[in-house]
This record gives sequence, structure tokens and C-alpha cells, in this order.
Amino acid sequence: MTALRGRARLVGDDVNTDSIISSTRKRESLDPAVLKQFLFEHVDPAFAASVRPGDILVAGKNFGCGSAMEVAVTTVLGAGIPAVMARSFSRTYYRNAINNGLLPLICETGGIRDGDILVSDALGAIRNERTGETLRPEPLPPIMTAILGAGGLVPYMRQNGDFRL
Amino acid sequence: MAGRTISEKILARKSGRDARAGDLVVCEVDCALGTDGSAPMALDYFKAMGGEHVRDPTRLVFALDHYVPPTSPQTIGLHRVMRDFAQRFGITLHEAGEGIGHQLIVETGRALPGGLVVGADSHAVTYGALNCFATGIGSSDLAAIMLCGRIWLRVPESIRVVLTGQSPGGVYAKDVALALAGRLGADGAAYQALEFTGPGVATLALEDRLVLSNLAVEMGAKNGIFPADAETIAYLKSRSVETFEPVAADPDAHYSQTVEIALDALTPQLALPHLVDQVVALEDAVGTPVQMVYLGTCTGGRLRDFHQARAVLEAGGGVAPGVQLVVTPASREIRDAMSADGTLDALVGFGATVVEPGCGSCCGTCGVIPGDGVTVISTANRNFKGRMGNAKASIYLASPAACAAAATRGVVTDPRKVWQ
Repeated sequence: MTALRGRARLVGDDVNTDSIISSTRKRESLDPAVLKQFLFEHVDPAFAASVRPGDILVAGKNFGCGSAMEVAVTTVLGAGIPAVMARSFSRTYYRNAINNGLLPLICETGGIRDGDILVSDALGAIRNERTGETLRPEPLPPIMTAILGAGGLVPYMRQNGDFRL
Repeated sequence: MAGRTISEKILARKSGRDARAGDLVVCEVDCALGTDGSAPMALDYFKAMGGEHVRDPTRLVFALDHYVPPTSPQTIGLHRVMRDFAQRFGITLHEAGEGIGHQLIVETGRALPGGLVVGADSHAVTYGALNCFATGIGSSDLAAIMLCGRIWLRVPESIRVVLTGQSPGGVYAKDVALALAGRLGADGAAYQALEFTGPGVATLALEDRLVLSNLAVEMGAKNGIFPADAETIAYLKSRSVETFEPVAADPDAHYSQTVEIALDALTPQLALPHLVDQVVALEDAVGTPVQMVYLGTCTGGRLRDFHQARAVLEAGGGVAPGVQLVVTPASREIRDAMSADGTLDALVGFGATVVEPGCGSCCGTCGVIPGDGVTVISTANRNFKGRMGNAKASIYLASPAACAAAATRGVVTDPRKVWQ
């Protein structure tokens, strides 16, 4: 697993994909480099400009609910965010995240504060530098590990041409 | 060993394995939909995967429904790349104006009992009404299906939703779905299937079942599936020449939970801004001013919906001053039927703005957008902030009859009261 080290960016419960990136924006461009400037624009207009590469989104329950639009994942990645931690994800966001190499981590996020520095270890556990607490995200099923390990569904399909369980 | 749910049986059939809840399986896909909201990205993924040939073009359907009509060089370009690709590989493409992809999948008999149909759009769950396993996927999964014809799926646990009784007058399928969303919550069925059953199912027309399956995703469900019965077979008779094998649950199938909804005890429901599961009895919000009424979408844009709305508008004496009524039929077939039976003229007579069949105002990508500070009441499935293209508008969700009732008075109104 890629080593993570970044600031926690708290985004709350039931964050829907239209709130991550408005579906009206994808009319004009599908390029993450363009869309990233509109990340969470209706939640906090200053959010996009404040993102630093390595920042980690930290959510409550049901992150990525609503539309299955994949720009809601590629825009997050385009902004330099490598991982999302949440108590739970919507299933389409979870799949899309894996397929694009955005790390979705299911764990108890209630103890994390905005701005906490989160660091992953070699085994995938996440340590909160402020509290010293270590979170152990739920393990992924093998096929998801394989897709993530390949770097996403594109390299996975280039290698395999089909799904292998 | 326990019996199996409908979802377990279909995924077993499609994977050739004894699929049980929690298992991971690779399945043959019977049909996959891509829209102008998802397919252009899928084509990029397909190319990046090294895709040169589509595995089975007869199992793919493209629909231009999110940008109808396209109003920018960019969206015109998205339509063009889809047309070019569809033509090159012989993929069925529904042109802009033919309707919402989900409705077209249903109308063209692509969603058959016992089948596995996916769509690169979350509301692909709609086809579960026809006893098929139907779920939403992203663009990358669609690209993989184009390449290999298959998808991996985790077999979901199922929640048994038992419907009893029959809805009283003024209470419709949308009210049943909203009541269920209120009970389960926006993630109450996450990763799971909703399996509808009970004597109440027989009281629901196929169009009603489509509403319930459609809303399943708003509870986080992977699919929302109905048994097949005489109603299902009758609907498909004129729409498909294919043979199919309906799937029923075993009596001893295992469910994660059972939720019972007594249809005869329901009242009109209303989802408040900005969450679908923030559901109240509509009578508790009576009097809330609304300035825009939206009738349409893959939830509430079918003939039955417009008939219900028309009846209320006629009983209530038309649209109140200051209210904008916007109508978007879910398909051209529906619009033609509305035209043939006078519903379209009646709605236009009430001052409705009629938009070409498609996704319309639902997600703000085309159609009429609400202004700043405007309160909308809509037959759609989502009321997220900014959903209809303006984050300064507020959206309430209700049945077509309740939306029409609000149009007659300019405030949230109990549709049952309009008749009196």
C-alpha cells in the first residue's frame, strides 16, 4: 500500500457526489485538472484552493451517495487527495474509488479532528499524530486488493483482459 | 442449507456458481447502459485499457439523455463521440429526445426477469421492478464490460420488504418509497438488496413498481427487486420476443431483516430539503410556499404519473399565479401517449413548460433551472443541495398528485383535500 501522510479534511455524513463535484460542471469538462478547482464548491467555496497534495478526506457515514458519476472520484484524485476515510461509503463511490486507485478506508472516524496529521504504516494502519490513536481500516476483498495493487481497473484490465477471482 | 433470495439465485445463474450473500462472483452481463453522462468517460477508459473491439455490442445500449438538447460545443462533442463509437461497433444508440435511458431499457424489453442488467448511472436499479438484478455502476466498470462482457459483484444480503394491503386514494407508489426511505435511512440498505414481496405487490402496476425500485438506491441499496407475476408478463408481452425465466425466492431464504409496510395505513409523504431520507407526513408541511413544480424524471415521468397530476390540476382549477409548472416526459413513447389522450394539451393549457423527453431539470444538466431562493416540489428522486443546478434553491420530493396539488395552491397541499 502507498504510504499516506496528510492533513485530515473533515467533510461530514451523507456527502453526495453532486456536492463533491456539481454535475453541471462535467458538462464543460471531464478533465480532473479543470474540475478540481470546483471541488466541494457549494459546501465551501474556499475548499479547492486550500487543498494540499496528500490531504485525506475524512467523512462520517455514506460517503459518495447519490449519482454514480466517476468524476466525483477523479476530481478528488486530481486535487492530489490519495485517500478517503469514512465510516461507510456508498457502493458506487467505493467501486469507482478502487477502479481509479483512490484508497477508500472504512474505519471509525469520529475521533479525528480537522487538520489532524494522519500517517499510514506498512500494514495499512492509520496513526493520528495528535492523539496517538491507531485506526485499522477494514481489509479489502482480494479482487479489490488486486485492482488497487495494479493501480486501478485500467492497468488491471490491460494485464488480465478479464476479471479473475 | 438455507434457501436463496431472488438476488442470490440470479447471480448464481449468471456466474455459474452457488452464489450466497457475501460471496464474490464474476457474472455475464445481459445488458449494460451508458448515457451521455457516463459513456464518454467509459470510452476513455476503454481506450486506455487497450480496447480495440467490443466483446458483444448487442448487449450494450447508449442513450443521450442528460444533455437534451445539447447546448454547448462540449456536450455536442460528447454526443458525437458516442454516436461515432456506436456506429463503428453496431451498438444501439437512443438519440437525444427519445427519452431517459432507464425508461428506454424498460420500454424496449431489455430488462427481463431473471436477467442481469447494469447501467452506468445510479438509477439503473429501476429495472429491478421487472424481476432482474439491476444495479448502477461507474464508467470504468462499463468500460470493462465493453471489453470482456463481465462484471465482478459481491452477492448482497437482502432486506425483505413486505407490502400488505392496498394504498388508499391520494397515496401512491412514491409515498410508499418515501416512507421506506424515511424508515431505512439514506444508507439503511447499503450494499444490500431490497426484495419486495407480500400481497401488496399485486396491487401495484408495473409503473408503480418502477418507482419503488428506482428509489432503492436512495437507501443505499445495490438493487431493488420484485417477483415476476401476471402484471410483469403482461407488460413484457408486447415489448420483448425473448424468452425468459422468472426467479422466485425460496420460502426458507435468509434475509438480514424484514420491513413491513401496510399500504392501507399510509398517508401522503414528503422529503424535505436537502436529504431524501428526511421524510415527513405531507400534512405536517402543508402551507409551505412553492414557486416551481417539476413533473418528470425516471421516478415520476411516466404516463400514470401525468394522469394523476392532470386529475389533481383539473380538480384544483389549474395552476396558481406565481407557480412555474415544468413537465418532462420520461420518453417519447410517453409523450406521444400524453399527446394522444389529451394530457399534454391539458398540461399546456394549465401553463406548463414542456421539455423534450430526457433527464430534464433533475440534475441541472439541461432543462429549466430554479432561480435563487426558489422552492421546488418535484416528482424526482433526489433533493440534494444544488441538485437541479442551483445551490440556492430548495427541493421537496413528493408524488405527482402531491406536486400537482401544490401547483394548484402555490403551497404544499394534501392532494386528498383538492378533491373535496
